[in-house]
Amino acid sequence: MSNNSANWLTRFHRLGSPPSFYHLAGALLPWVALLCIGLFAAGLYGGLVLAPADYQQGESYRIIYIHVPSAWMSMFVYAVMAASSAISLIWRMKLAEAVARASAPVGATYTFLALVTGSLWGKPMWGTWWVWDARLTSELVLLFLYLGYMALVAAIDDRRTASRAGAVLALVGVVNLPIIHFSVEWWNTLHQGPTLTKFDQPSIALNMLIPLLLMAGAFKFHYLYALLARVRIEILDSERRTAWVNALVSQRPS
Amino acid sequence: MKPRRRQRLLLVSLLVAGVAVAAGLALLALQENINLFFSPSQVVAGEAPANTPFRLGGMVVDGSVRRSDGSLEIQFDLTDTAKSVTVAYTGILPDLFREGQGIVAQGSLGTDGIFNATQVLAKHDETYMPPEVTEALEKAKAMGVQ
Amino acid sequence: MTEFFQMGGYAMYVWPAYAITAAALIITVISPLRRRLRMLRELSAIAAQRDIHRSE
Repeated sequence: MSNNSANWLTRFHRLGSPPSFYHLAGALLPWVALLCIGLFAAGLYGGLVLAPADYQQGESYRIIYIHVPSAWMSMFVYAVMAASSAISLIWRMKLAEAVARASAPVGATYTFLALVTGSLWGKPMWGTWWVWDARLTSELVLLFLYLGYMALVAAIDDRRTASRAGAVLALVGVVNLPIIHFSVEWWNTLHQGPTLTKFDQPSIALNMLIPLLLMAGAFKFHYLYALLARVRIEILDSERRTAWVNALVSQRPS
Repeated sequence: MKPRRRQRLLLVSLLVAGVAVAAGLALLALQENINLFFSPSQVVAGEAPANTPFRLGGMVVDGSVRRSDGSLEIQFDLTDTAKSVTVAYTGILPDLFREGQGIVAQGSLGTDGIFNATQVLAKHDETYMPPEVTEALEKAKAMGVQ
Repeated sequence: MTEFFQMGGYAMYVWPAYAITAAALIITVISPLRRRLRMLRELSAIAAQRDIHRSE
């Protein structure tokens, strides 16, 4: 039993070692890209062409196919960032630091998109671009958390100190995630309640739901691609003085 | 797990727990201010601020919408199923405005008990359905079939 | 076809939302690819310089 778990740990460690992760990520990237593009094609066709108009909102509801995946990903990426920050603080694992740092700009992009597409949806339906209700405000706070994390990490010269300071900030901000999620239940807001993540049946027709799930999958793979590509850069940067990076760059015709 | 790692794990957990408790207390203290709008019941009970603008939220009562000819003036009743308040508004309404719809109106309460709105926002529900399905559902309900 | 692009009168909200999303998603995957190539060039230049120093 202990032998088995030790074996598993070494394998995990080897995967977490910078050179093997660098190469593994490089091999995975084309496949991730392919899946992502395929899901986007299917989701966009389903969402923009096949799905019917909404009984209340007409065609304008089609913004849901980018707004909801962006909003989900804005929280998912933060959860990944916070989890890898915790791992990097406790186990001092370099790869976890790289994942946290690489996630921040991608998560900030999703948060920005959730806010902008929500605003473009809110104007025709609610009658306003913006309202300071609990859901919108807490999502805006999430954007500031991402930007604060990026600024903090960029401001500290020493790589590991920067990662550690950022990790503490990321963990402090994790309290915002349940606030965003439950804001529409805890307080009265202009934003509507959850459609899919409530316990009874999702209140969306199946031919509208399937494209939404496809788009959510496409966004997941988009994040995976952006994450792997960025982690590779983080690895190259932090390992620039090591023998394997030297061997890698001298192989290249310059 | 090595003792140093366990110690760090404890520190990280304490950090997250501490922040969560602090945020929870702060939000509990701010509870009322975070709510976007007051309900008609709260307004009737006098809980809404007098003389200052606030937001009022509720459903537009069926058959209560009264438009005046030749102008954008409109009056309707907002209800939370218990109490209702009459709202007067002049201007363009959002596309979703209709009877039975959730509405958030910004404005202030007049001495006559009528809420004078300066802005009306529509709140839509979390249901997404094709029009044919809703029609079929309504027809089924009208026929008493569940 | 024109009906599709009109989006039931909501074209001025739906299409900008899609355009901004497409632009942002493409930038987030293109920028690391370009940064990686730049970094590899930079590192190989440093390595070449070091090799010259060593051979002197």
